Amino acid sequence: MSLDRRAFLKSSACVSGGLIIALHLPGCSKPGRTSGEPKTVAANAWLRIGTDNTITFLCDRSEMGQGVYTALPTLIAEELGVDLGRIRIDFAPAGDAYKNDLLGTQITGGSTSVRDAWLKLRRAGAQARTMLISAAAREWGIRAAVCRVENGFVVSPTGKRASFGACAEAAARLPVPNDVKLTDPGNFRLIGTSVRRLDTPLKVDGSARYGIDVRLPEMLYAALAQPPALGGKAASFDDSKARALPGVKAVVQTSSGIAVVATSWWQALKARDVLAIKWDDGANGALNDGVILRGLERATGTAQSARRDGDADAVIKSAARVVKAEYQLPLLAHATLEPQNCTADVRAEGCDIYVPTQIQQVAQQAAASAAGLKPEQVRVHTTFLGGGFGRRLDVDFVPAAVEASKAVGKPVKLLWTREDDTTHDVYRPPAFDTAIGAFDKSGKLIAWKLRLVGPSVTARLFPAVVAKSIDPFAIEAAANYPYDVPNVSVEYLRHEIGINVGYMRSVSHALNCFVAESFMDELAASARRDPLEFRRALLSKQPRYLKALELAAQEARYGAAPKGRFHGLAVMSGYDTYMAQVAEISLENGKVRVHRIVCAVDCGQVVNRDIVVAQVESGIIFGLSSTLWGEINIQRGRVQQTNFDTYRVLRINEIPRIDVLLLDNRAPPGGIGEPSTALVAPAVCNAIHAASGRRLRSLPLARHKLA
Amino acid sequence: MIKLNVNGKDTEVDVDSDTPLLWVLRDTLGLTGTKYGCGAALCGACTVHLDGQAVRSCRTPVSAAAAGKITTIEGLSSDRSHPVQKAWIELDVPQCGYCQSGQIMSAAALLAHTPQPSDADIDAAMSGNICRCGTYQRIRAAIHRAAQLKSGG
Ligand code: FES
Ligand code: FES
Repeated sequence: MSLDRRAFLKSSACVSGGLIIALHLPGCSKPGRTSGEPKTVAANAWLRIGTDNTITFLCDRSEMGQGVYTALPTLIAEELGVDLGRIRIDFAPAGDAYKNDLLGTQITGGSTSVRDAWLKLRRAGAQARTMLISAAAREWGIRAAVCRVENGFVVSPTGKRASFGACAEAAARLPVPNDVKLTDPGNFRLIGTSVRRLDTPLKVDGSARYGIDVRLPEMLYAALAQPPALGGKAASFDDSKARALPGVKAVVQTSSGIAVVATSWWQALKARDVLAIKWDDGANGALNDGVILRGLERATGTAQSARRDGDADAVIKSAARVVKAEYQLPLLAHATLEPQNCTADVRAEGCDIYVPTQIQQVAQQAAASAAGLKPEQVRVHTTFLGGGFGRRLDVDFVPAAVEASKAVGKPVKLLWTREDDTTHDVYRPPAFDTAIGAFDKSGKLIAWKLRLVGPSVTARLFPAVVAKSIDPFAIEAAANYPYDVPNVSVEYLRHEIGINVGYMRSVSHALNCFVAESFMDELAASARRDPLEFRRALLSKQPRYLKALELAAQEARYGAAPKGRFHGLAVMSGYDTYMAQVAEISLENGKVRVHRIVCAVDCGQVVNRDIVVAQVESGIIFGLSSTLWGEINIQRGRVQQTNFDTYRVLRINEIPRIDVLLLDNRAPPGGIGEPSTALVAPAVCNAIHAASGRRLRSLPLARHKLA
Repeated sequence: MIKLNVNGKDTEVDVDSDTPLLWVLRDTLGLTGTKYGCGAALCGACTVHLDGQAVRSCRTPVSAAAAGKITTIEGLSSDRSHPVQKAWIELDVPQCGYCQSGQIMSAAALLAHTPQPSDADIDAAMSGNICRCGTYQRIRAAIHRAAQLKSGG
């Protein structure tokens, strides 16, 4: 059961870009191998072909439920002409070869994995196919153009067959062709179908290895005492009681708190809880919800313009009718079911980290500085992730593990408790936004303005990006306002709140879609128009939005809700995907009950239908948890929620029926892991308005009594 | 030394008697299929069977499990052939998968006692198992499917 460290090391030592024959790298041979045993040929950064006909895909994106472990090798398998079942998957190490071209570093986020890989991995597969064919054709003395691949073989017109494994070594010596022909979409065998997930078998018998499951020889376990006030630090501590407990090996002051290292995690945790620590609360000792909200409300300074069509300000001043509303959104926690953890093995010459991360190179950098090593001395071993949702784009849990391992000279697995995880998240930013719409005398919407105020995640994680421009991850689902209005203005005022905020599923879409789509309903009400009809009229030049909207409305029987039930809708584009949702709700005893959500999805070319549907369902449930209950409260700099009793998420008895409808087309793939989260809140709140006439401009709904 | 019977095998562990069964399974015995999610009997990720009943191992002291037969996800079947596992595979239920050992153990215990569960039975038996990825629609469908498989369908 235990994770074989040497196997891990070997697989990463074998990895490099370009065309190499991995066999010749030292340490790559399997233990006890004899000369007749299979060799492995690296066709490119992602693909290994064994002389024993194994095909291995190095998955350079983190599998956190969204399906890259299946969808990415599907792109390769399609071009190689093999079934997906033929491909074995390993996780790739950290490396420039695995950079996400859409985001600039090796990163699994922003619903980019398939979008980034769409041409890149198909090209990689096609190159390998071309080289394998060329190698076989040369051997046979015929033209490559007349050969083809079939099921892991190169086949000649006369029916000669050579397995990929037999061609691999010769193929690796050929130049990498630049011009390769990708499979015509009309001939896709796998793309666009519902190929079974490759990780499912591992996830029904407990064998999938997450970060928390890493086991190394001589490994110790660590629990971490972190400052109760966010941004605080330990002023002094007395560890005599803790050290006296059984199993305790060391108490280490790390950069993020006091770590107790013991022979089991339970012992480490028990000892952590008897540490006597004097905390210095730091700058946040007096921070609470009221302070944060007032700060956002009163924030001044020059807002940055995200979009400007015409002159919305001037038009609003002189318009016949103006509608204005303020919206407010709370901090949220990610609550991945696997708490944050990292296993580090620091030695003099290098360091290995085994970590569920969405951002390998940044984790590598963080481990390097914590260990006092160069980044290239740190090997990153990505495990399965027990949920990501953007939480693991931060690496705040990495340094303490490295520091503890360095201090004790052994591998250390550092694991946060659920309470640690809830109280030391990097929280979804709160927001205080103002929306203004203006109509002319004839009742036509002539101006629309949105002023967004909130802290910036990007400023902290990627400061170089905001140094040059507005934070692109603060203005989503706002700057691309789709409605046909002549004067549009979107402004963003960055206002920091003293605590770290992080990217969370759907990122600013989830903030801005709530405001923009709730306010669209407010404008419809002001114009005395039906929300669907009002939107439809303004979307005539936006066929993809309009199609999604029409389909969702039709499937939900919008306008014909069953007795006592009410519909609300929302439409959005994000991550190159177009989406519309209709929520069907009723109000019972002052509470909203969501019965059904219909979601129409145009994400362009679908790679795996079943995974797309699953992701849309998943995103909706995630969004509904936030809508109903999601809220992180701060008192004296301390997060008040601790576990799933106080930070509530949906359970099986609380979910609505969800219907997902795919609008297929051949547009390049859009992202699918995130967008559906963002539409839930506005759709539900618009339905509440339809039911009660009440407009809710803040979340979660648990805050509001709906008499 | 505390004697345990895990997945049909007798074993002895040298831990404090108040250590939660979860950590004995995971850290002492290396059975990492059983997960930690909350440590407070709130999420169900740590669900195992104790004498056929689904229990939260994070809140079960190892001493309380000493008298019984413990089954973990690793012992549910040796080849993913339990009807619940089969149904889970057929419907591709897992996403991140982290909750799924617990979901499967809860579902298997439910079916052992209630071979043809209604939706209300499923709600009652499964509401202690959180899936942050929101795979609930499929979990429900897969439990119905497992019931069919079990009865020979
Ligand atoms: S870990 Fe036991 S119920 Fe959550
Ligand atoms: S599959 Fe991720 S928590 Fe359930």
